Amino acid sequence: MTSDPGTATDTRPTLAVWKFASCDGCQLTLLDCEDELLALTDRVRIDHFLEMTPAEGAGRERARLAGRGPYDLSLVEGSITTADDAERIQHVRRVSRYLVTIGACATAGGIQALRNFADVDDFLAAVYARPEYISTLETSTAISDHVPVDFELRGCPIDRRQLLEVITAYVTGRKPRIPGHSVCFECKRRGTTCITVAHGTPCLGPVTHAGCGAICPAYGRGCYGCFGPTDRPNLRSMVEQLRRDGLSESDIQRVFRTFNAASPEYAPVPDLLAEEQNDPRARQDSSRARTETRPERPV
Amino acid sequence: MNDRGRRVLRLDSLGRVEGEAALHLRVRDRSVTETHLRIYEPPRFFEAFLIGRGHTEPPDITSRICGICPVAYQMSACQAIEKACGVTVDGPVSELRRLLYCGEWIESHALHIHLLHAPDFLGRADVVGLARDQRAAVERGLRIKQAGNAILEQLGGRPVHPVNVRVGGFYRVPAPAELRPLAERLRQAREDALETVRWVAAFDFPDAVCDHDLLALCDPGRYAVDSGTPAVMAARKQGRALREFPVSDFEEHVQEGQVPHSTARTATVDGRRFLTGPLARYAISGRWLHPVAAEAARNAGLGDPARGAVCDNPFRSIVVRAVEVVQAVEDALRIIDGYEPPPRPAVQVLPREAAGAGATEAPRGLLYHRYALAADGTLTEARIIPPTAQNQTAIEEDVRRAVQARLDRAGPDADEEELTLLCERAVRNHDPCISCAAHFLDLTMDRT
Repeated sequence: MTSDPGTATDTRPTLAVWKFASCDGCQLTLLDCEDELLALTDRVRIDHFLEMTPAEGAGRERARLAGRGPYDLSLVEGSITTADDAERIQHVRRVSRYLVTIGACATAGGIQALRNFADVDDFLAAVYARPEYISTLETSTAISDHVPVDFELRGCPIDRRQLLEVITAYVTGRKPRIPGHSVCFECKRRGTTCITVAHGTPCLGPVTHAGCGAICPAYGRGCYGCFGPTDRPNLRSMVEQLRRDGLSESDIQRVFRTFNAASPEYAPVPDLLAEEQNDPRARQDSSRARTETRPERPV
Repeated sequence: MNDRGRRVLRLDSLGRVEGEAALHLRVRDRSVTETHLRIYEPPRFFEAFLIGRGHTEPPDITSRICGICPVAYQMSACQAIEKACGVTVDGPVSELRRLLYCGEWIESHALHIHLLHAPDFLGRADVVGLARDQRAAVERGLRIKQAGNAILEQLGGRPVHPVNVRVGGFYRVPAPAELRPLAERLRQAREDALETVRWVAAFDFPDAVCDHDLLALCDPGRYAVDSGTPAVMAARKQGRALREFPVSDFEEHVQEGQVPHSTARTATVDGRRFLTGPLARYAISGRWLHPVAAEAARNAGLGDPARGAVCDNPFRSIVVRAVEVVQAVEDALRIIDGYEPPPRPAVQVLPREAAGAGATEAPRGLLYHRYALAADGTLTEARIIPPTAQNQTAIEEDVRRAVQARLDRAGPDADEEELTLLCERAVRNHDPCISCAAHFLDLTMDRT
């Protein structure tokens, strides 16, 4: 039971945090708001958040993982990988006025979606001596594949400032101000010299959604795409650039097969590579396509 | 529920632990006959999809096993790969790794002590309830936590899944001037951490004794964090003899089993139940605590660590954790004070066909990784044994003992809610990270 039962005149909006298949890092981000956490609990009643507070109800009456709600805002971490969880997310949607997914698992299936490209029985046999004890689905899927989602917050993990912006927006009844442009914009804003231009470092910044603050390039490392695809990414052009910067075909395949592997934009990259291998003209076409599409891209 | 002395106690969702799990107890004729910690975290198959990846990828990929201790995953992964490739990372790069690790210890321990564990001792459901009458203590905890996160942000780029770690070292190392503001914050954190040791030392602790073998890294001369040799201290009844084995033999000694009620796996060391984590570290490495941390431990009633004191009341693990925060803060300050930037941020790690194992001390216990590489660096095998999977059997035994002791005193009609709370506390004593173990709780107490 939450220790914050409120009173009959309590008009604070209610918040629930839910976990599906994930690492806990995105919900931890809420507890990482050290400066804001206590002030936030003055404004919002946290009614369901197992990492912070015991489940509602007492003893045998505890509602299993399903808080009863209703909740004004539900933050959902993790992807759907079991039949039970596919049912539970339906419950979460029913008891939530707004449902916001937090992080790459909930938004794109997470790294565990690598199973979508393999045989899950092989995976089970590789990890567990007695696979028959384990029940799991063949795929790891985003929350939006199961229920309508009001907003998707990107990142592996999410950014603390963006999380506070989303909570504030829903609590005050406005749209979250989360820009959909690429990491490149954030490098410019941060004053980081382009590491691809200056050093030929392979970088996914041009096709990756902003939000992290362009951390990797500031540390001399190419962006590795943990925030997932930006709006309308030009992947053919990106692949060409990665080749010029020295990545092999298998390197390129691997770099898109990570934390957002199953996102609709990144998932087809290996097919794109295979298609070019079968038809070398496709590669030339792709560089023409890049030049042609460039003027259309907002600067 | 009560039927001729048979009871079932169910706790369907354990709160204030990282990840999700349940507990199931079966009681017959006043004795606890079964204790199952059930992990319903869905499996995520890291060890399977690591196969076929490049040898530079495990630090980033395995950090996603756990958002609470990503640095532990990065460090054990780096160590295992570097071992396989015959590379040693030392000097300032190694010191910076330890500094990053101190950041994670400070952050993770401060979170567990103040936000997750302290409410148990003060009769509060959670930190919001606790903040109502102990706001200063909660604010102090958040300040310590923030100091840990400041290290992670400066050195790693961000607190969760830091980006600056690579096999061989870092992408970029800081200039000494960049570390100086951290020292300022850490000096405040030292005062706060000492105050927290005094705060938790004054809590009421239930009488309890755990009698597990203890497993921790041993790195003579210093409190083992990022390096050392696995060491086992036999349980008290076995005379507390100490033995070591090389990390390359880890899987011969630490054997995992799998149980139907859980997606995690359980483990024994040389066939015996064991515990890893703060109590094990304090027993094995206590003599190498920083003098300020050692004095805090003595004043907090933990005995004299310089003379091999062992804390065997699992409820007092919160005090040991608080002492470890002092230790990590002192260690971080030492590293920052003596820091001179290395000539290169990383050592080159060229792949070769070989296997390598690595182990480091995650905040909640020893974390083991092993990889086998093909000549071009492609991973052909991956094995990860997280601390919570190692601790599952010991946690179940602690729960069994706590409930049994309560039933012995209160009789078979012991209050359900009280038993439930007792079980939760016995589990939280070990700061289980269930996301890690599912690769790793529902209390059901079956009194049929």
